[in-house]
Amino acid sequence: MSASKNPASARAAESGEYLIKHEPYYEPVGEEVAVFEAAFRQQLPVLLKGPTGCGKTRFMQHMAWRLKRPLITVSCHDDLTATDLVGRYLITANETVWVDGPMARAVRTNAILYLDEIVEARKDTTVVIHPLADDRRVLPIEKTGELLTAGPEFCLAISYNPGYQSVLKDLKQSTRQRFVAVEFNYPSAALEKKIVRRETGVDEAMAERLVKFAAMTRNLKGSGLDEGASTRLLVHAGKLMSAGIDPRTACRTAIAEALTDDPEMIAAVNELSASLF
Amino acid sequence: MSNKSLTAAELEVKLDESLDPVLSSRRTAAALAKALADIERAQQDFVLHWVDIIIKTNAEMAYQFAARAPEAFRLMPVPAIEEWVIHAMDVYDKQGLYPGCAALGQLRAFAVETAEAAHGIALEEIRHVLELFVQGLAGRPLKVEEAAETCTDTATLFLPARLHKFAERHDNFRLYKAMAAHLWAQTWYGTWRLAPGTSPLTETLSTYRDPEKALRLFHALETLRLNACIARELPGLYRDMQEVQRLSGEMHYPAAWKQAIQRLTSLEAGVSDSLALLPTLHEGEIPAPFCFQGILRPDRAQQAMQERLTREKELFREALGQLGGETAQAKPETETGTTPNPRQYAIEQLLDPDHPGQFIFRLLLDGQPVQPLADMRTLMDSIIQDLGQIPEDYLVAAGAGGYRQPADEKRPEDVWKGTYHEEGAFLYNEWDHRRNHYRKHWCVLRELDVHPDSDPFVARTLRKYHGVLPQLRKTFEALRGENKLLKKQINGDDVDFDALVEARADMQSGMELSERLFTKLHKFERDIAVMFMVDMSGSTKGWINDAERESLVLLCEALEILGDRYAIYGFSGMTRKRCELYRIKRFDEPYNEVVRQRIAGITPQDYTRMGATIRHLTKLLNDVEARTKLLITLSDGKPDDYDGYRGEYGIEDTRMSLIEAKRAGIHPFCITIDEAARDYLPHMYGAVNWTLVDEVRKLPLKVSDIYRRLTL
Repeated sequence: MSASKNPASARAAESGEYLIKHEPYYEPVGEEVAVFEAAFRQQLPVLLKGPTGCGKTRFMQHMAWRLKRPLITVSCHDDLTATDLVGRYLITANETVWVDGPMARAVRTNAILYLDEIVEARKDTTVVIHPLADDRRVLPIEKTGELLTAGPEFCLAISYNPGYQSVLKDLKQSTRQRFVAVEFNYPSAALEKKIVRRETGVDEAMAERLVKFAAMTRNLKGSGLDEGASTRLLVHAGKLMSAGIDPRTACRTAIAEALTDDPEMIAAVNELSASLF
Repeated sequence: MSNKSLTAAELEVKLDESLDPVLSSRRTAAALAKALADIERAQQDFVLHWVDIIIKTNAEMAYQFAARAPEAFRLMPVPAIEEWVIHAMDVYDKQGLYPGCAALGQLRAFAVETAEAAHGIALEEIRHVLELFVQGLAGRPLKVEEAAETCTDTATLFLPARLHKFAERHDNFRLYKAMAAHLWAQTWYGTWRLAPGTSPLTETLSTYRDPEKALRLFHALETLRLNACIARELPGLYRDMQEVQRLSGEMHYPAAWKQAIQRLTSLEAGVSDSLALLPTLHEGEIPAPFCFQGILRPDRAQQAMQERLTREKELFREALGQLGGETAQAKPETETGTTPNPRQYAIEQLLDPDHPGQFIFRLLLDGQPVQPLADMRTLMDSIIQDLGQIPEDYLVAAGAGGYRQPADEKRPEDVWKGTYHEEGAFLYNEWDHRRNHYRKHWCVLRELDVHPDSDPFVARTLRKYHGVLPQLRKTFEALRGENKLLKKQINGDDVDFDALVEARADMQSGMELSERLFTKLHKFERDIAVMFMVDMSGSTKGWINDAERESLVLLCEALEILGDRYAIYGFSGMTRKRCELYRIKRFDEPYNEVVRQRIAGITPQDYTRMGATIRHLTKLLNDVEARTKLLITLSDGKPDDYDGYRGEYGIEDTRMSLIEAKRAGIHPFCITIDEAARDYLPHMYGAVNWTLVDEVRKLPLKVSDIYRRLTL
C-alpha cells in the first residue's frame, strides 16, 4: 500500500465507494452463506479455508452485498507491516497528518475487512488482528493513543490456503483459534458447470468439457502439479472461448501454462485438453 | 598428424597393442587392420579412439566394435555410429557381454532404425508425458514401460520402445497416445472387471474350441466397445485414434457384426456384452485388429489384479479398523464386561447426479455416513475400479489391535540381501565422461540410519573444547543479526524526526524538501538450508573420523545458535549397487539426544562414490524451501569406489553431479583435508568453492569458522 494514496482511499470509504451495488454472482456450495450471516450477527470473525480460485473472494463480495456493508480487501504479501494495516503519520508542509490504514478505516466505517491470503503477511502483522478477532473487538492504535472499538456491523474475515505444504506458511494456533472456519472446495461437477456457463457464456456442452478437464488436472495433483485447475481458471478459459479462441488454445494458455512450467506436464495437460475438445 | 590413411601394417601394430587380451593365433589384428586400412584417416582415428574407450570396459566389446566399424561407416553417419556404440555399451552395462556383443551385431537393424528415428519416436522421450496423460484421464495411476508386446496387466501399460510406423513424428506420437489410451480404457471401462460370481476370463475362453481365436475375438469386440466409450467421453482423443487408424488402413467389419456393433456401442454396454457375443461370432471371420490395440494378456492381468485385490482388501479392512477405532473413542463404553458389538460397515450406492449411469459410493458406519480416512478414498476407488463395487466381505474391520505391518513391507536393509533387487532404493544416473553420456539408473542408493552409540562422545567433545566454545558461540551470535531501523526512507512505519528537522531547515534556507522522511524496520531474515555430507569411507578410520565427529558437534552447537535449517548425512558404499547414505540428522529433526548419539555412532565404512550421493542430497535439498541452499562436503580424498569409480571417471561424475546441483540452485562447497586436493577439487567444485584444512586436529574449529564465513 503506497502511502500517498491513503487520503484518497480514506475518502472513498466514507463516500461509500466500498459498497457493492450490484449482486456479485455466487453459487453456494453448502451452508456457507447461512454460517457467515450468523457469524456476522454474532460478531464472530470468519476464516475462509480453501485452494486458490475456488471462490473465496467472490464469496466475500457476495456477502458484503448481501449484508449491505462496505468491503475492504487487503491482499497480504510478505512485506505487509502492521503499520500498513493500522495507519501511519504522513508529513505535509507544516504538520504531520495521521492516515488510517485499511484496518482502522474498516473499524471506523463498520465495514467488512477481508485479509486475503493472511499467511503471506509477516508473522507480526497477524498479531495486530488478535484484539479485533476476539470478544474485545478493539483496535488499539499505538501511535495516536487511540483505542477504536468496533461497532456491531464491523466484521473481520481472513482467508488461508491450507494446501501450501510449507511450515513457514502455516497459521498460528493462537490466530486460527479465534475464527469461525468455513471450508471451501471446488464445487461439484454440476455446480461448477453452472458457474462456468453463467460466468463465461459458453454453451452447456463446452462447460461440461471444461469441468471434465478440470477434474483431469485435479487427478494430477501431487504427481507433478501442486494444484489442479481452479474454477477461476476454467472461467478464464471459458471467457477466451467466448471471445472466439479455439478451445485447445484457450485451455493451453488459460489453464496448462498457468498451472505449471514443466514442459512434460504442459504436454500431458495439453494432451488431456485435446482429448476432450 | 597427417591426413593420410594409416596402412594396414600401422593399424595392426596399434590394434595388436590395445586388443592384445582378446587376440589369439586364430584371431589376429591383421584381419581387422586390413579392413580398416580402406577407410579414411579421420574414420580410422575415430575407430582407434573408441577402441581405447571401450577397452576400458571390456576388450571383447572393443574387438567386436573394431570388426564392424568399416561396415558401420558405410551404413551410418558418425553421430549415429556413436549412438550405436553407446547403445551397445548400455546393453553391456545392464545385461552383460553376450547381449552387448549382440547389440553391436545388430548394426544393420540399428542403422535402419536410426534412419527411421528422424521421424520415429522413442518411448523414453514421452514416457512421462504418457504416464501423466493416463493418470489425468481417470483411475489409478498406471506405469508405462517398454516391452515387446503392447498390452497391459492393469498396473502397467507395456508399449513398444520405439515407433516409426508413420512418416511424421507427430503421427507416431499419436499412435503411442492411442495405444496408451486403449490400454487405459481396458482398465477403466472394465475389460478386466470381475463381476461377482463370474469365472475369470481365461476359464471362459478355455471352453472354446480355439481359445486363442476366442481371445482375439473378445479383444476385437472389446475394442469396439472401448472405442465407443472413448468417443462418448473423450471426443478429441477418439478423433486422434480414428485418424491414426485411417493412416494405417480403414477398418472393415463383416456384415454379421452389424448387430454386435450396435449392441457394443450403446451407452449401457459392458464387458458382459462382449462375452455374450462370443459364441455367436466365434465361427466367423475376425476383422483385422486396430493398429493401436496390441494384444490381450488375460493371464498377466488376472495375476496382477489378484495380487492387488488381496493387498487392497487387507489394507481396506485395516483402514476400517482404524476408522472404527477413532470413532469409537468418542463413545464411552456403556457396559463393562461385555464385548461391544462389532461395528457395522456398509456401502451405500447412490446414483451420481453429474454422470448418469454411474454411481457414488458412500461408506456407512452403523448406518451413518462417515468420512473415509485420507488414503481410503483412493483405496475404495481402486477396489471399485477392479470389482465394480465393494463386496460384503471387505466390510469387516481387521481384528482389534494395533496397526499391523503389511507382510510385504520392505526394509531398505533387506533389499541388498536379495542380490540385485532394487526395490525400495533410489536409482541414479551416472556420468561416464569417456562416452560423454549418462549410464542410466546406474547407481542404487539406499538411505540407512546410523546406529546410535551411547558413548558420551558429544559431552566429551564439548568438554574438550570448553575453552573455545564461548568464543565460538559469540561469533555465531554476532552473525545472527538483528532487526535494524533504517532511517531516511522514502516510506516507512514512522516519521523520522531527525530527517524531518533537517528537511525543515533545508526548506527554510530555500532548498528542496527531501522525500526521505521515514523510518523503516528492516527485519533480519536468514533463510538458509544447509546439507552436510560427511565422508564415512574406510580411509577416515582413526583420527580423521574423530575430527569429523568433533567438527559436527561444534557445528551443531553453532547452527543451533544461528537457527539455520540443517541436515547431516554420511555417505559410503561399495560398488554402484550399494551406495549408502546414512541419516545422521534430517532437516525436520531437532538436534536431540538421538542425533548426538548418531554423531557418536559414525563409523568408517567402505568407499566413496560421490556422484550418486550428491544427486540424492540435491533431491532432498530441493524439497526444502529456503532462499539459500548449501551442500557442504566434508571429505578426505578423491571420489573412489571399488568398481572402477576412481581417477578421472570418479572426478568427472562427481563434477557432473555438482553441476546438476548448481542447476537446481544449490551452492556446493567442499572442505577437505587431502593435501593433493588442489589437483582435482577446483575442477569439481570450481576455483573458490573449496578449502583445504591442512591439519586434521584443526578441522573441528575450522569447519565452523568456514561455515560462518561462507554464509556471512
